[in-house]
Amino acid sequence: MSNEVKLFLTKKKNSPIQNVWKRLKRNRLAMIGLFIIVFVTFIAVFAPWIIPYSYSVQDINKRFIFPNTQHPFGTDNFGRDMFSRILYGCRYTLIIGFGCTSIAAIIGTALGSIAGFYRKVDNLIMRSVDILMGIPIFMLALSIIASLGPGMRNMMIALSITSTPAFVRIVRAQVLVVSQQEFIEAARSIGANNLHILFKHILPNSLAPIIVQFTLNVGNVILWAASLSFIGMGVQAPTPEWGLMISAGRTYLRSYWYMSIIPGIAIMLVTYGFNVLGDGLRDALDPRLNN
Amino acid sequence: MLKYVLGRILYMIPVLLGIIVIVFTLIFFTPGDPAMSLLGENATPELVARIHDELGLDDGYIIRLSRYVVGVAKLDLGISYRTRQPVITEILSRYPTTLKLTFGSVFLGILIGVIAGIVSAVKQYSWLDKFFTTFSLFGVSAPSFWIAMLLVLVFSLHLRLLPATGNYTLKHWILPVFTMGLQCSAFVMRMTRSSMLEVIRQDYVRTARAKGQKEFIVITRHALKNALVPIITIIGIQITGFLAGAVLIETVFALPGLGRLIVDSVSFKDYPLVQGGVLWIGLNCVIINLLVDIIYCFVDPRIKSQFTPIKLFKNMDKKNSNTLDVKTDV
Repeated sequence: MSNEVKLFLTKKKNSPIQNVWKRLKRNRLAMIGLFIIVFVTFIAVFAPWIIPYSYSVQDINKRFIFPNTQHPFGTDNFGRDMFSRILYGCRYTLIIGFGCTSIAAIIGTALGSIAGFYRKVDNLIMRSVDILMGIPIFMLALSIIASLGPGMRNMMIALSITSTPAFVRIVRAQVLVVSQQEFIEAARSIGANNLHILFKHILPNSLAPIIVQFTLNVGNVILWAASLSFIGMGVQAPTPEWGLMISAGRTYLRSYWYMSIIPGIAIMLVTYGFNVLGDGLRDALDPRLNN
Repeated sequence: MLKYVLGRILYMIPVLLGIIVIVFTLIFFTPGDPAMSLLGENATPELVARIHDELGLDDGYIIRLSRYVVGVAKLDLGISYRTRQPVITEILSRYPTTLKLTFGSVFLGILIGVIAGIVSAVKQYSWLDKFFTTFSLFGVSAPSFWIAMLLVLVFSLHLRLLPATGNYTLKHWILPVFTMGLQCSAFVMRMTRSSMLEVIRQDYVRTARAKGQKEFIVITRHALKNALVPIITIIGIQITGFLAGAVLIETVFALPGLGRLIVDSVSFKDYPLVQGGVLWIGLNCVIINLLVDIIYCFVDPRIKSQFTPIKLFKNMDKKNSNTLDVKTDV
């Protein structure tokens, strides 16, 4: 056996996940995005223990205090500490972002797999998706909220529904591609049933675009949720949701600009994190860039 | 060409019908009696019964849906509960504002976005590229209403250069159009850059350079022309997104647009106006998508040959899967 062959055989092979992580690590922007997401998740989980003041207790004597050492982000028109409200608001932002996207991903993956794998219902599912995508996301969300009434739960239902069609399309396209591969034919020829093929072979091999869409969608949902709350159709006061906080500060923009500007920076940073991580994942998971 | 356009128009009909069914169904199952909303404080059992009889509110879902579809075909979208005016009149009175805002900002967005995208791609990894890329990434991540408030704070409240609200003069339009245009340019720039980067490395671009063609001509005629399809896709998405999402900017700048009308109608439970408004925007989006598809043909003749009315439904998915990477925003 030649030395090269020995070297090849003894060389430890990385798992696909390790390869993706290695490529992702080289992308500086993606790592910044990941850091922002991990940081915000940490704050969201430990918010009740981190916040220096209560996020809801009002103190009329402490209204409109500009950012200082005691109140790093100042206080609002009810004397509530903005820093505590922003930190606690991470919870709502992430619950809405991850919650809606997870629901959309589960439903979208199920429908997309059915459409791609069982061709009889393909047309029905895909035409429904076309129709849903015919209405702009924001208008569809508004119509659903008009029907169910404003509020966080209903907004989450609306944003889950509006996020689903994109997942259906991506999963279906991926299932169609993967199901043509030879290993599926091999699995079928050794007697594997449809469900086994779908769950054990097709879906695990379709994960890459779903993960990318998931990451980018969380960022988009956070923006849509903030927008809906801003116009009074989403989360209702006194919840410390960032979009709502921008809206509340609008009246005092001239004198107390920090009330609106700081929550906006928070939304932008988190969305930026998800966007750059999504872009980085897209590159890292791209099989063409394997080498 | 005519066959292609006809095919696309035919495809519009089921999509439009679907949108009508979705919008109608959502509002149909909303709790509350429309007659009570229409009559307000004057509601008496006799009047409620009369309204039920006149509007056919006691009929079943299918009958009311059919009646609504026929009404839509005649551009009769019902009567607003709040103003007692025909819904279509209300919509048309607000529509020009949204249209001006949308097209003004998309025009600005294309202007800035395409130029910045081309410069970024041609001078890849230069400081200019880094600046534009960072700007666009923050542009797509920031909420539009927040950018609007930042601009109001700087240009209206502190520098006192531009008015903060209203739509009386051209000056009033600068900030709203600039806000939305800036965000549009971020999306267009990202797409132009990535699309140009793919094209710029093609052999025919090198050939054009090798035969001594001027760099400007190489970039505009050889590269940009072939990079246009994804750029047009994102512009189409931006227009439809802005038609729907203009409400945020209309709120900040107190512009009497269609989006604001729909949101107010949701608050006042004026459901015919919500239905009509959403449907109107849906119709606009379907038309924009049709126009985008027609423009594709002029830009890339290969697309036209892919589509015949019979193959249309099969190919729609193929085409859609090509544009999946495009992100949408409000």
